Amino acid sequence: MNTAASEYTRTAITLHWLIALLIFCAFPLGIYMHELPFSPKQLRLVSYHKWLGVTIFMLALARVAWRLRHPAPPPVAGLPAWQRLASIATHHLLYLLLLVIPLSGWLMSSAKGVPTVYLGLVQLPDLLDKDKALGELLAGVHMGLNLALAALVLLHSAAALKHFFIDRDEVLGRMIPLLAKGSRR
Amino acid sequence: MKKALALLALAAVLVLPALARVDVAKSSVSAVSKQMGVPVEGKFSRFSAEVVFDPARPAEGKASVEIDIASFDLGADEFNRETVKPEWFNAAKFPRASFVTSAIRPLGAGRLEAAGKLTIKGISREVVAPVSYRTEGGRQVFEGALPIRRLQFNIGEGEWKDTSTVADEVEIRFRIVATGK
Repeated sequence: MNTAASEYTRTAITLHWLIALLIFCAFPLGIYMHELPFSPKQLRLVSYHKWLGVTIFMLALARVAWRLRHPAPPPVAGLPAWQRLASIATHHLLYLLLLVIPLSGWLMSSAKGVPTVYLGLVQLPDLLDKDKALGELLAGVHMGLNLALAALVLLHSAAALKHFFIDRDEVLGRMIPLLAKGSRR
Repeated sequence: MKKALALLALAAVLVLPALARVDVAKSSVSAVSKQMGVPVEGKFSRFSAEVVFDPARPAEGKASVEIDIASFDLGADEFNRETVKPEWFNAAKFPRASFVTSAIRPLGAGRLEAAGKLTIKGISREVVAPVSYRTEGGRQVFEGALPIRRLQFNIGEGEWKDTSTVADEVEIRFRIVATGK
């Protein structure tokens, strides 16, 4: 079934959209909670944000593991070499950030002395000892990586829309099978 | 008469177990609270303690600990700025917390029960702290964990009275190392 890999598997598509949805929750939540004054509401939202992050991390691991055994479909015919390179680079960076961003949050939590307890039930091990300076450094790293993610997601979405509206090829339809059936073939 | 008094005083000093010097650098006092099920430990970096304890006569032992509330360190400045505020410790009005024993009861096998008065944020309550005792290279080591309820000491006022985010139960952990007898 995965010999030719002419399309994404249902699993890959589901993971893609599930992760996208969770990022669209976790990202604004992260900014919002950070701006809140210290309050029970802030503590609750920080916990929810961490749970989202852990979930994204696990789904991203599954996504990468799946991808290794089920290659993505080849680039559309006639795609200029630079676009092919850009797409490979963007996708690889996105996969990397999906793993590294939650990890940076986890490390930051450890350094700040606030362990992560997934869903309030499972306490993750602390990867670092409490360290004030390191905690602040990692907070900066977590934010910087997220800004990079935001930029890449914009690029990724812009490219998908360009393929759909301008190139009118099957690229977007690969991730949204409904579109593929409606507009093409 | 003066001489007699001086002799009496000397005798008292010789008979009473001497005040042990507490090694603050090796000792620690911390509080572990839970928010959203997440345990968070804060250490009091400045405190002083006095211990008089003779294992042969444990019931005559005494101890007192005085804590500088403003030295509470959760490990991140953004939290430390909050805990000194009036809703929490109100460190400006109540700069010290203390524990003074009133009775020490030996339970055997290196275990004691230290009853005494715990004062935090101007509120005093009688508590009984379980303590383990051992000697380590000539030092006396007292360790224990005392569960308290923060709301009994008015810690966390206003919206923080809600215990669904920050639990009422807080554990005070201590380790007192005393040198020289």
